[in-house]
Amino acid sequence: MKSLILRDLRLALRSGGGFALTLSFFLIVVMMVPFGVGANLDLLARIAPGVLWIGALLSCLLSLDRIFQLDWEDGTLEALATSPIPLSGIATAKATAHWIITGLPITIAAIPLGYLLNLETESYIWLVASLSIGTPALSFIGAFGAAITVGIKRGGLLLSLLVLPLYIPTLMLGAQCVTIGSEAPIKLLALVAAISLLCIALIPFACAIALRANLK
Amino acid sequence: MSLWEYANPAKFMALSARILPYLAIASSCLLLAGLFWGFFLTPADYKQGSTVKIIFLHVPTALMAINAWLMMLVTSLVWLIRRHHVSALVAKAAAPIGITMTLIAIATGAIWGKPMWGTYWAWDPRLTSFMILLVFYFGYLALWEAIEDKDTAADLTSILCIVGSIFALLSRYAVNFWSQGLHQGASLSLDKEQHVDNVFYLPLLVCIVGIILLFLTLVLIRTRTEIRSRRLMALRMRGI
Repeated sequence: MKSLILRDLRLALRSGGGFALTLSFFLIVVMMVPFGVGANLDLLARIAPGVLWIGALLSCLLSLDRIFQLDWEDGTLEALATSPIPLSGIATAKATAHWIITGLPITIAAIPLGYLLNLETESYIWLVASLSIGTPALSFIGAFGAAITVGIKRGGLLLSLLVLPLYIPTLMLGAQCVTIGSEAPIKLLALVAAISLLCIALIPFACAIALRANLK
Repeated sequence: MSLWEYANPAKFMALSARILPYLAIASSCLLLAGLFWGFFLTPADYKQGSTVKIIFLHVPTALMAINAWLMMLVTSLVWLIRRHHVSALVAKAAAPIGITMTLIAIATGAIWGKPMWGTYWAWDPRLTSFMILLVFYFGYLALWEAIEDKDTAADLTSILCIVGSIFALLSRYAVNFWSQGLHQGASLSLDKEQHVDNVFYLPLLVCIVGIILLFLTLVLIRTRTEIRSRRLMALRMRGI
């Protein structure tokens, strides 16, 4: 499993644009917001938590189809399915690699982007905490969507339609946690962590069923 | 004689053909009676005026919108575990009806909300949950349409339905942290004494039963259509 994660990381790095593409997309999405709503600093400060979270969500979505698509096309996935590691283990490894490639850099990049959006000083700690805890859920849920749509040609739009509703609870709790004045952010953070752990524990099995149905 | 016998499409067709007329007649009679009773024979509420009567459409459809998804969850599980084709087809048949019920519930709620809450739409937890439910229905149906192989489609939509249910439930409770509600607490429950006056309660019950029967009728009709179209497809494949 370790070698599978390393392989995915290496592939993402060498095919170019692994980290960079996601991060530039994140930058652009966040940059578009002041263009859209105006550069009023008070307004930006108020909507910053939501914008950063939605930006993270969309950037995550962008790279989802890479999780299984390439391996599906060249038959690697079939070879992996016959390997001694169970399919759920493979899904876990792939989702983990996806998190390292997107979730982790997004969390770090959110700090300077938060500054651009005039995020309140006290919020930074909650921003980093909620993103670092919440993004694993995004990667695992995304892996599930990718597993379902892997056999569909040009399934990108469908993938977003399936995955975005599943992101709703994470987004609601995560963004609420960063918002200043929300009561007991630690409680919300704990709920985000609960969702992440639930996803990490259960989603790989759903992924395995979906992949098996697709490989038939 | 067990329930699973009707997993056989031929048996299912025979049975559903026998009970469909009764179901259709019963549901239309109950709905007509319930709605007539509710709309014309009940007094106007002292606070809400005649707008209260929208309850006779709003509550049954909202109830059915959720129950349709629950039924899809059960039939999806049955398909994944026991692989009865009828089960997967019933889930597929129920989805568009569920969407319609959700839309009716949202629309009637909006019409009632304008005079009562002063707005057609508010980001109230229950309204938001229904919007989320609607998106889940759309995703589910889109997945059915996108996959060509029927068995794969049934597999994937089933697993999506199960995972979706978990997240729909999570969203349902996450919205409570995110917004304060306008809705009143639960008005109808089996274990408590009455919250709605009997004048409204009895016709409401009639309407609820009517809508449930209507839902069953429509699901049966759609499932039969689905089975027939599968047969046609099989015949055509053999013919070529």
